[in-house]
Amino acid sequence: MTEFWDIVLAASFWAAALRLATPLIFGTLGALIGERSGVLNLGIEGIMTAGAMTGWLSVHLGAPLWLGIAVAAVAGGTIGLLHAALTVRLGLSQHVTGLGITLFSVSLSSYLYRLYVPASGSPPKITPFAPVHLPVLSDLPWLGPAFFQHTALTWLALLTVLLVAWLLWRTPLGLAIRMAGESPEACEAQGVSVFSLRTGAVVAGSALMAIGGAFLTTAAFDSFYFSMIQGRGWVCIALVVFASWQPGKALLGALLYGMFDAFQLRLQPLVPGVPYQLFLMMPYLLSIAALVLVSRRARVPQALMQPYRPGER
Amino acid sequence: MSPVLELTGITKRFGTLLANDGIDLTLGRGEVLALLGENGAGKTTLMSILFGHYVADAGTVRAFGQVLPPGDPKAAIAAGIGMVHQHFTLASNLSVLDNVTIGTEPLSAWRSRRGAARRRLVELAERFGLPVDPDRRVGELSVGERQRVEILKSLYRDARILILDEPTAVLTPQESERLFSTLRGMARQGLSLIFISHKLHEVVAHADRVAVLRGGRLVAERPAAGASRAELAELMVGRRVVHASRVPLEPGGSLLRLDGVRVEAGGRRLLDDIALDLREREVLGIVGVAGNGQDALSRLFAGTAPQPTGRIELLGRPVARLDHDALAEAGLAHIPEDRHHEGVVGDLRLYENAVLERIRDRRFSRLGLLRRQAALDHAAGLIRMFDIRGAEPTTRTRLLSGGNMQKLILGRNLVEQPRLIVASQPTRGLDEGAVAEIHRRLLEARGNGAGVLLISEDLDEIFRLADRVQVIFKGRLSAPLPIEAASEARLGLMMAGEDGDAPRAA
Amino acid sequence: MRLERRERTPPLLLVAAPMAAIVTALVLCSLLIGLAGAPVLAAYATLFQEALGSRLGITETLTRATPLILTGLGAAVAFRARFWNIGLEGQFYLGAIAVAALGSADWGLPPALLVPLLLLAGALAGALFLLGPALLKLRLGVDEVVTTLLLNFVAILLVSLLIEGPMKDPLAFGWPQSVPVTEAGLLPQLLARTRLHLGFALALLAALAIAFLNARTVFGLSARAVGLGTPAARHAGIPVGRVLLLTAMLSGALAGLAGAVEVTGLKGYVTTDLSPGFGTAGVIVAMLASLNPLGVVPAAIFVAAVFVGADAMARAHGVPSFIADVIVATALLTMLVALFLTEYRVRR
Repeated sequence: MTEFWDIVLAASFWAAALRLATPLIFGTLGALIGERSGVLNLGIEGIMTAGAMTGWLSVHLGAPLWLGIAVAAVAGGTIGLLHAALTVRLGLSQHVTGLGITLFSVSLSSYLYRLYVPASGSPPKITPFAPVHLPVLSDLPWLGPAFFQHTALTWLALLTVLLVAWLLWRTPLGLAIRMAGESPEACEAQGVSVFSLRTGAVVAGSALMAIGGAFLTTAAFDSFYFSMIQGRGWVCIALVVFASWQPGKALLGALLYGMFDAFQLRLQPLVPGVPYQLFLMMPYLLSIAALVLVSRRARVPQALMQPYRPGER
Repeated sequence: MSPVLELTGITKRFGTLLANDGIDLTLGRGEVLALLGENGAGKTTLMSILFGHYVADAGTVRAFGQVLPPGDPKAAIAAGIGMVHQHFTLASNLSVLDNVTIGTEPLSAWRSRRGAARRRLVELAERFGLPVDPDRRVGELSVGERQRVEILKSLYRDARILILDEPTAVLTPQESERLFSTLRGMARQGLSLIFISHKLHEVVAHADRVAVLRGGRLVAERPAAGASRAELAELMVGRRVVHASRVPLEPGGSLLRLDGVRVEAGGRRLLDDIALDLREREVLGIVGVAGNGQDALSRLFAGTAPQPTGRIELLGRPVARLDHDALAEAGLAHIPEDRHHEGVVGDLRLYENAVLERIRDRRFSRLGLLRRQAALDHAAGLIRMFDIRGAEPTTRTRLLSGGNMQKLILGRNLVEQPRLIVASQPTRGLDEGAVAEIHRRLLEARGNGAGVLLISEDLDEIFRLADRVQVIFKGRLSAPLPIEAASEARLGLMMAGEDGDAPRAA
Repeated sequence: MRLERRERTPPLLLVAAPMAAIVTALVLCSLLIGLAGAPVLAAYATLFQEALGSRLGITETLTRATPLILTGLGAAVAFRARFWNIGLEGQFYLGAIAVAALGSADWGLPPALLVPLLLLAGALAGALFLLGPALLKLRLGVDEVVTTLLLNFVAILLVSLLIEGPMKDPLAFGWPQSVPVTEAGLLPQLLARTRLHLGFALALLAALAIAFLNARTVFGLSARAVGLGTPAARHAGIPVGRVLLLTAMLSGALAGLAGAVEVTGLKGYVTTDLSPGFGTAGVIVAMLASLNPLGVVPAAIFVAAVFVGADAMARAHGVPSFIADVIVATALLTMLVALFLTEYRVRR
C-alpha cells in the first residue's frame, strides 16, 4: 500500500499521466469527429504512425518543430482524404478499408523513413519540444512539476477538446456533422451535402490523429522507431466508445488511461517477482474492460458505418 | 396566371426500367394538385427529380420562371420547394429544433442562433396550426407529430411549393381530414401544393386538379371537381383489376388463442394484455396507426420477439414459448412486414431463399449437406405455381420486383399448406395487380381451412379481407368487431384511441 | 460522376478484378521504387525472378504462402459472416505457443499420432483465444474489431512472457525462444533439399474443405445468410448466434493452425518474430481472393512471392525491403476499388 502512495504522491506521476494521455486525446478526438459524422476510421493506427514519422523527419531534415507538426497534420489529412474517398464516396466497408489504410500508412512510413535514414546503430535524434514555462504556475512547488511543465502540444490537446466540444454542440457545422452521423437522408433532404461533411470530418479528424502521432516523436521522445504507436490508435477507438462520443468524456477517458499507464510503469520495478509483460498487457485489457463496461448504454450514432448512396434503388 | 412550377419533358431511366417518360406538368399559385398513380408508376421518381435527389436523363424543371440546376437539392430549396417524404427524413436522436434548423444557417458561422430559431419555429407552428414542442427528441414523437415536423421543416425555409409524398399513408382517417384542412389553409395563404396518392377518395375530395401517372407516363389531367372515381381508377391502373371477393364461411375451431399476453423489451411495455382468438376459415384483421405495437405483435409469431408472458394456445394446446421450432411445428407461416430486410436475403439466390426457412428439412438437406438439385427444383416449382416473373432459380433475389419478391415469400409458405398465416402489411408498396394476386392467395388459403391474422395499416385492405377486426392502440387490442359492424369512421376513432370501444391506453 | 449498381456482373470482370488490382498496385509502387533511385523494371524483374524463377525460389514462396493460406482462410471465413476477426495475428501466436508447449515434451507417441494431435491443439488454442471477443460481441454487443486488435498485443506479450520464463530454451545462448518441438512432432518435408513441408498440402486441403463447407453444407449456407442479411436469416429460423460463434471458432482455429504449422513444419520453436505479420497479411489475402476460399491460394502465393522477392530487390537495387509491405497494402486498397467496380458502374 505504501508503494501506491509513493507513486501517486510524486509530482512526476501526474506529469507522466498527462504526457501519456496527450497523443490519446488527439487520437480520440480525431476518431470521434469522424464517427460523429458516420465514419469509423480504423486507419488511425497508421495515420498516427505517419504523423510520427513525417513530423519527425521534417524536423530531422531541418524544418522548425511547428512546421513538422504542420507537415504531420497535412500528411494525416491526406491519408484521411484517401479513407474518405473510399468509404464515403464509394461507400466501401469502413472496417476493411480502415485496416487497409493502416497497413498502407504504416508500411509507407517505414519505407520512406528507411529511404531517408539508412539503417545504423541507433536512430538519429532531434531536439524535441521543450516544456512551456508559465509564469508563477510552473514554479509552484509540487503543483508546478506535476501540472504546469508541459510542452505546447499538450496544451494544444486540451484546447482542442474545448474546440471540438464547441464545434459539435454550439455551431451549425457541428449540428450538420451530427446529423450526417444520425440520418444522412435528413441531412441531404435539407440541402447539406453528406459527402462533403463526412469527407471534411474524416480529413480533419485524421489531421488530429497525425498530430497525436507527431507528439510522440517531437515531444515525448526524440526519434522515430518502427511500430512505436503500439496499439495506441486502437485504444483511441475504444476510448471513443467509452466516451459515448462526447469530447469531454473522451478527455476523461484519455486521462484515466494515462494515469493507469503511468502507474503501471512505476509499479513494475517495485514488484520484481511479476513478469513485466503482465504489466504491459494491463492497458490493453483495461481498454477491453472499458468497452464491456459501457456496452449496455452506448449511444452509437445511428448511421455509423452506414454508407450513404443517394439514388440507390 | 403563370405557373409557379413547370416540368417539361422529364425522362428518367433506371437500368432497363423507364421510370419517367417525357412528363410535362405545371402547378399554379395557391393550387392543390394531386398526383395519382399506383405503386411503381413513377410518382416518387418524378418528385425526386423535381427536388434534385435524382438527375433526369432529359427534361427541365422551372420554378417561378427559373430553370433549376439538375441534381441539386440546395437549389430546389433555395427556389422555395419543400418536400415531405413518405419515409420521414428525421434524425430520431436529435430534437425537433435541431431537425428543423439543420442547414438553415451558414456552416461557417461560429455559433448557432438557437433562440431566434426557436421563436421562429413556434411562430410558424402557430400560424399554420401545426403544434410541436421544439425541444422534444424526435424519437419520442408520434407519427402524426413527426409529419408536422416534416412540414415545418419546409415552411421554416420559406417553401412556396410543398410536395407531400403519400402523406396520409400513416394517418387515421380523422388525422388525414385534419391534415387536408391544414393544407387547404396553406393554399389559401398562397402556397402551392402537390400531394402524391393512390387513394381515389382523398384525391377527389381534396385536390383542385388531378394528374394521373401510369407506367412512367402522364396519362390524364383533369379538375378534381366532378371527376369520376371509376374513371380515375381505370386511368390509374390501365386495365381492369379483378379483386377476389370474400365469401362468408363458417369459422371452425380455434387455431391460436392469446389471453393476457404481455411483451416487454428494454423496460418498455410493447404489448399489454393482448387477447385474440383466431379460428379456422377466417381472416382476423388487426388495424392501427403505425408504431402502436404491430411490430411486436408480428414478431411474436416469427419467434424473434422477446418472450411474452400470459396464456398462449396453439392449435388448442397451451405452449410455453413461441420459438421458431414450435411455430414451424404448428404449421404457422409468417409474412414479415419488411420483405427486403426480413423476408429474403437479397444477395442470396432465389433457390436459396426458397428453402432457407426449411433448410434442415429432409427434403433440402441430409446430414448437414445441402441437396442443391432438390432446392433448385423446389424453386422452379414455386416460380411456376406462384407466377414469379422475370426470375430463374439462380437469379439474385435482390433483382426481383417487390411484387414478385412477395409472391416468393408467400409462395414458399403457402406451398407447405400452413394452418395459420400471420401476414404483416403483405401488400405495402405493391401495384394493384400484385395486390389482387396476394389477396386472392390469402383468401384461397382461408377457403382451404387456414386462419389468417392480417396486420395492416390499410383500411381498404382490412375491409376487403377481414371477417373480424381488432384495433391496436398503444400496445393494446380492442375487442373484436364483426367487419359488418365496423365503419371507416368508427375504426378511425378507435385507432386514435378516441372511442368507447377503443383499447384502453396502457 | 454518379455510381449505379450493376444488375449483373460479367463473370470476366470477377476474374479480371484481382489482376487489375495487382497491376495497378505495382504501377503505383513503381513511383516509390523510382524515388529510391532504382530502375523500376529491373527491380521488379529481380523480385519475381527471386520468388518464382527457380526451384528454390518457388519452394521458398510456397513455404511462405503456407501460413498465409491458413490465415487468409481464417479471415475469409469470418468476413463472409460479417464477423470482423482482425485478431488473426494473436490467434496465430496462441496456436504456435500451444504447439511448442506440448510438442517439446516427450510423449512417446509415433509422429503419425503426435503431429495431428499437436496441430489440433494449435487450432484449438487459436479458437479459444477468439472465444472471448466472440462472446462479448454476441452477448453484449462489444465491437469485435477493437477487442481482437487489442488482443493481438496481449498475445505477443504472453508469448514473450512464456519464452523468457517457463518455456525458455536453456540452450539458446540466452536468446528468448521456446524449447524446440521434439523430432516426432515435426511435419515431414515435401521436397528434398527445400524447406517446403507437408503443411503446404494441409493448407491446400483446408482451402478445399472450406470451399466445400461454404457451398454445399447447411452450415455454409447459414453463415452466408447471416453475413448477407442477419435479420432475414434470423427470421428464417437460423440460429444466428450459434452460427456466428461457430464461424468465429473456425476462423480462430484456422489462424491457430497456421501458427501450429509454422512451428511444426518450419521453425521448430517459437520466438516473438515468428510471424512477419501473417495475421494482418491474412486479411489482405482474403480480400484479394474476394473472400473466395479457393481464391485464397493464389492470393497467398502472390503475397508470399512479393515478400520473398523483396529481400533480393533490396540487396540488388538498394530499395528498402519495406516495399513488400507497401505493395501488398496498396494491392488491398486497389482490390477494394476493383471489387467495387464489379458491383457498380460509373455513369456520367
